[in-house]
Amino acid sequence: MSSESYHEPIELLSEATRNMHRAIVSLKEELEAVDWYQQRAEACSDDELRGVLVHNKNEEIEHAMMNLEWIRRHSEVFDTNIKTYIGAKGPILEVEKQQAAGAGGGGTAPRDSASLGIGSLKGGK
Amino acid sequence: MDLLKRKHAPLTAEAWEQVDGEASRVLKLYLAGRKVVDFSGPHGWKLGAVNTGRVEPIGKGPIAGASYALRSVRPLVEVRAPFTMKIAELDDASRGADDLDLDPVIAVAERVARAEDTAIFHGFAGGRITGIIEASPHKPIAVNAILEWPRAVVSALETLRAAGMNGPYALALGLQGYDELDADSEDGYPLRRRIQESHPDVSLVWAPAIQGGAVLMSTRGGDYELTVGQDLSIGYTAHDRTDVDLYITETFTFRVLEEKAAIFLRRSPAEGKRKR
Repeated sequence: MSSESYHEPIELLSEATRNMHRAIVSLKEELEAVDWYQQRAEACSDDELRGVLVHNKNEEIEHAMMNLEWIRRHSEVFDTNIKTYIGAKGPILEVEKQQAAGAGGGGTAPRDSASLGIGSLKGGK
Repeated sequence: MDLLKRKHAPLTAEAWEQVDGEASRVLKLYLAGRKVVDFSGPHGWKLGAVNTGRVEPIGKGPIAGASYALRSVRPLVEVRAPFTMKIAELDDASRGADDLDLDPVIAVAERVARAEDTAIFHGFAGGRITGIIEASPHKPIAVNAILEWPRAVVSALETLRAAGMNGPYALALGLQGYDELDADSEDGYPLRRRIQESHPDVSLVWAPAIQGGAVLMSTRGGDYELTVGQDLSIGYTAHDRTDVDLYITETFTFRVLEEKAAIFLRRSPAEGKRKR
């Protein structure tokens, strides 16, 4: 088994959910590694080793972002929220409100230029 | 610019909600390609073509001593399927009716799903789309009897694995194949369960647009890509005193990036009865 952290019997889970689980677990591991390298680098007394640790930390950040991109491509809700918050300007807590105000009019129309919001169905969405 | 012109339709918010909701429900039920291929988008109305990263030499140009090539792009197909609703019926949504006659929405949503999936699985020459089945270089596996499905799946998996196509996999079945796995059993054991238990990395997908059998394909990603500009939407055309003309539309194209990642299982059309 690739992961011991399933919360439901594996036979009840679709392949898509299993893959999403793998991606989420991998993302957690990458972020945990970033945290660890950050702390080690800061506490390290050897400059060369510190350089290696910072390099490793940056590599883990790259891995985490690759992982996150896979998740974004397979989850419409992640996709929507990433587009809302990542790269947004101004206070983070006000981003959603600002975007809603900027969308203008429509009222009843769904997002994405009134599309039905079907998107990808891969992964049992 | 609002190409859909929804604001001009004589539909109340409640009516839009029911029409959109029913269309969305039916589309999600019928669309099979989106359950097994990668999805890029939605990129909006302004996307007209997908860059393939290739060039096509065009021979001589206006000035000698230079070579010429055209950048190869895949234009998006714009699908539009019309349907008509009774305005009085739709108005009842605002009176609290939750049993509107939405048959026209159901029929058109099914038709649009079939259009997208036919292009994905069988191709659409006019739209410059090569389908998964026609692109596959593997010799189709014959399924001459209902009970041959499990063996055919094993052979198909062996073919894909031998070609280096790892899983997970999806078995997208047309109507006949899906019904046969659902209804038939061998020694009292359903074929569907037998296949699922023998191959836990194979997901079964109902794909009514597939004609003549089923497709076994890798869903590992990177092999097939559906690019959507404007995602499936409902727009408004016109209305008179009693009827309103609407349509479902989308813009899309589909590309096979690794043709070896799928194999067709061809169900013999001759068999009408069980052959055991």
